[in-house]
Amino acid sequence: MNKGKVIVIGGGLAGLMATMKIAEKQVPVDIISLVPVKRSHSVCAQGGINAALDTKGDNDTIYDHFDDTVYGGDFLANQTPVKGMVEAAPGLIYAMDRMGVMFSRTAEGLLDLRLFGGVKNRRTAFAGATTGQQLLYACDEQVRRLEVAGYVNKYEGWEMIDLIIDDNGVCRGCVAQNLATMEIKSFIGDAVIIATGGAGMIFGKSTNSVINTGSAASIVYQNGVPFSNAEFIQIHPTGMLGTDKTRLMSESARGDGGRIWTYKDGKPWYFLEEKYPAYGNLVPRDIAARAIYDVCVIQGLGIDGKNQVYLDLSHLPADYLNKRLGGIMEIYENFYGDDPRKVPMKIFPAVHYFMGGIHVDWNHMTNIPGLFAAGECDYMYHGANRLGANSLLSALYSGTVAGPAALKYIKGLGKLAEETSKSLGDAVVKKQLEIHNKLTKMSGKENPYKLHEEMGELMTKNVAIVRYNKALAETDVKLQEFQERWNKINIVDSNAYSNQTVMFARQLKNMMELARVITLGALNRNESRGSHYKPDFPKRDDEKFLKTTMAQWTPNGPKFSWEEVDISHIKPRERNYSVDKKVDKEASK
Amino acid sequence: MVNPQFIHLKVKRRSNPTAAPYWEEFKVPYQPNMNVVSVLMEIRKNPINAKGEKVDPVVWECNCLEEVCGACTMLINGVPRQSCSALTDKLLEQYGENNVITLEPLTKFPVIRDLMIDRQLMFDNLKKVKAWVPVDGSWAIGRGPRLADKVHQWAYPISRCMTCGCCMEACPNVNSKSKFIGPAAVAQVRLFNAHPIGAMHKDMRLEQLVKKGGIQECGNAQNCKRVCPKNINLTAHLAAMNRQTNGYGFRQFLMGDK
Ligand SMILES: Cc1cc2nc3c(=O)[nH]c(=O)nc-3n(C[C@H](O)[C@H](O)[C@H](O)COP(=O)(O)OP(=O)(O)OC[C@H]3O[C@@H](n4cnc5c(N)ncnc54)[C@H](O)[C@@H]3O)c2cc1C
Ligand code: SF4
Ligand code: SF4
Ligand code: FES
Repeated sequence: MNKGKVIVIGGGLAGLMATMKIAEKQVPVDIISLVPVKRSHSVCAQGGINAALDTKGDNDTIYDHFDDTVYGGDFLANQTPVKGMVEAAPGLIYAMDRMGVMFSRTAEGLLDLRLFGGVKNRRTAFAGATTGQQLLYACDEQVRRLEVAGYVNKYEGWEMIDLIIDDNGVCRGCVAQNLATMEIKSFIGDAVIIATGGAGMIFGKSTNSVINTGSAASIVYQNGVPFSNAEFIQIHPTGMLGTDKTRLMSESARGDGGRIWTYKDGKPWYFLEEKYPAYGNLVPRDIAARAIYDVCVIQGLGIDGKNQVYLDLSHLPADYLNKRLGGIMEIYENFYGDDPRKVPMKIFPAVHYFMGGIHVDWNHMTNIPGLFAAGECDYMYHGANRLGANSLLSALYSGTVAGPAALKYIKGLGKLAEETSKSLGDAVVKKQLEIHNKLTKMSGKENPYKLHEEMGELMTKNVAIVRYNKALAETDVKLQEFQERWNKINIVDSNAYSNQTVMFARQLKNMMELARVITLGALNRNESRGSHYKPDFPKRDDEKFLKTTMAQWTPNGPKFSWEEVDISHIKPRERNYSVDKKVDKEASK
Repeated sequence: MVNPQFIHLKVKRRSNPTAAPYWEEFKVPYQPNMNVVSVLMEIRKNPINAKGEKVDPVVWECNCLEEVCGACTMLINGVPRQSCSALTDKLLEQYGENNVITLEPLTKFPVIRDLMIDRQLMFDNLKKVKAWVPVDGSWAIGRGPRLADKVHQWAYPISRCMTCGCCMEACPNVNSKSKFIGPAAVAQVRLFNAHPIGAMHKDMRLEQLVKKGGIQECGNAQNCKRVCPKNINLTAHLAAMNRQTNGYGFRQFLMGDK
């Protein structure tokens, strides 16, 4: 009997976990990924993954994890799905442990846990300072096993460029292009899971990998799926500025004892510890990032007069640092030349994570039947701000939801796509071939890489840490100018084989669509909540804005509407990290 | 401190897998704190060669820019390494300010275009040696096995292998005439054989290592260890696997099924 087929786009943690769940049930999966899945951006995650394992005598509970996540997200996350995630977390970590993840150990041989931002209990399991790499590799290995067993076909070095949607509005597959040969091909399937990660490249330099353009999510949006909460962009407080990217210095550096400071009146000033005595250096990311911005940009107290402050580990013993933070020490040493065991590191906030994303229901299906989304590209678990070490969890967890949900969906289908949608696929391929041919001939005077750089600088200046309505409105006008200029780009590469410029031009166009959604979403939201901060509207406004932003694509730019947030478990309360968080157990059942 | 006007690059190029290779030079305005990737990024913003001619931008692979994804391997001044962590200031210090930095694709893998190569072979080798823990399934069934911190300390470094191919490039015994799977895959066997569940299936991996193309093809030249960007102690792991395969051979002999 033909069981149907699922197409998974993206082989990061979310995509591989979804694949595992489907292939394990002996339903075939095609994975399409820009890079060999083992090189997906998930490898970059350093610090760890959260689960209330409570093995440290801290009396940590699943409820604490739930409340920390909802409170940390400033109450914008739908609470029922978050509850599902934190409940599943311990089981998930233990399953990953069985699969061979080299988690760091205690003397007893149990999983060691470390402290992370916005949290009082040790809850973060880790594998040195390369947790994402180890988790991804374990998934990669399991999927390779299923590949050898014949359930998985990998298409690595392919980029999804369009969806196949039939006359009834049902998703029947996708169209992808081979990055080496440039072949364009249709992939017919009964369900498609988008697991294409974040979109840091919209801001030019970020902590993300260079393939994180958000192009795939933008294609989904342009096909009629709402994009939600795009304005919530996490700025990581501790980035290291480079000529090619801003590399991340993990929050675990502070979790393991790192202190942030600058000079004031000639003396070291530990401004986070002073301002937020209850959490100190471990306040959540949005708060730390704004404090550093304030110290540097507003007060002009950055180190050497530049936009940078110290992140200091030099007071900690070198062997402790090597054992727990070796991976990130190496990055700093290799890329900046200094030894963080001896001198404090120079850091400044950097664009890091997209809380918002493709709108899905609680089973991770979009409004297009058969089209699912999971991982950083969806909008579900982090509300207005993500807690550190919660996104490896949400990536894995959303894969465990989306995979089985896709299986269930396929079971209910009358006819399988293979029988019905072949010619439909051919039509989309034809359309994309025409677009490709047009692209290759573009010979205007704009260099796409320079245009991208300009867009990134604009977005970083006006739509990142601190936002003003005037600047946001101007940015949107500028973005539309960029879209005009895109029409005049020059594909500087004349080679028909492995033409990276053509692929980048496509991605850039899609990035511009999302840049507008981010900017206008921010303009509309006249309040401050989580990562979204407007000095002119410094308070959270639940009456008007305790709502999910929904952006719908139209040819004239995004159209906005709002959806209620599920607050059925924990009553919203003020988020204040100067004092210890009080868990409101009464109000929450 | 180096402070030249230009970074002078010489790139071995090829327009597709069957085209003939050729060299092309570029002069990119010097900036401090660059790396080879950021120099290549400058070229695509302004693809003009050292002679002042408009040319196609150089094609290469990169992704994380943090030396953790393994994508950006190439030969830089003849040495296999990651281009994202190849700091130009250091290269100029090491080779002299007026040195031309040469970039070539790895030679042990098929070239796709310019510096872009196809390393599928390495992933296939991971299939061959069954580099995974054969769990019953991905479902939650409670706590995993305990692992001594002592084991973690030496096994964890192996788990950081990013399949970059530097070791394959450096190993004299990996070549078109041999079937040698190379040091990376052998080291992975040691990792999975150390895991408490993986160890239950260690013979299925050792069986692969004693086959043609297995560990006996290693001539102990030690080149691999010197180039591994993750400082994996490959020679120690190769030696340990030699011992394991010997033990395996002996067990097979006793059981008489050889
Ligand atoms: C430097 C850094 C450190 C981090 N540290 C932590 C941490 O300590 N703890 C934590 O919880 N989180 C951390 N995060 C966040 C976390 O790593 C990511 O949110 C998570 O890994 C995302 O996983 P994913 O599966 O959604 O996407 P990714 O891993 O980004 O995978 C995306 C996949 O989609 C593919 N793809 C994309 N577009 C296309 C297309 N058009 N066609 C085909 N394929 C496509 C890619 O090839 C890739 O396989 C960190 C992030 C960064 C940047
Ligand atoms: S030690 Fe073995 S694997 Fe390493 S380079 Fe020498 S021959 Fe190759
Ligand atoms: S062992 Fe080292 S050199 Fe070889 S592939 Fe792995 S990381 Fe690269
Ligand atoms: S770009 Fe990932 S290792 Fe260099």
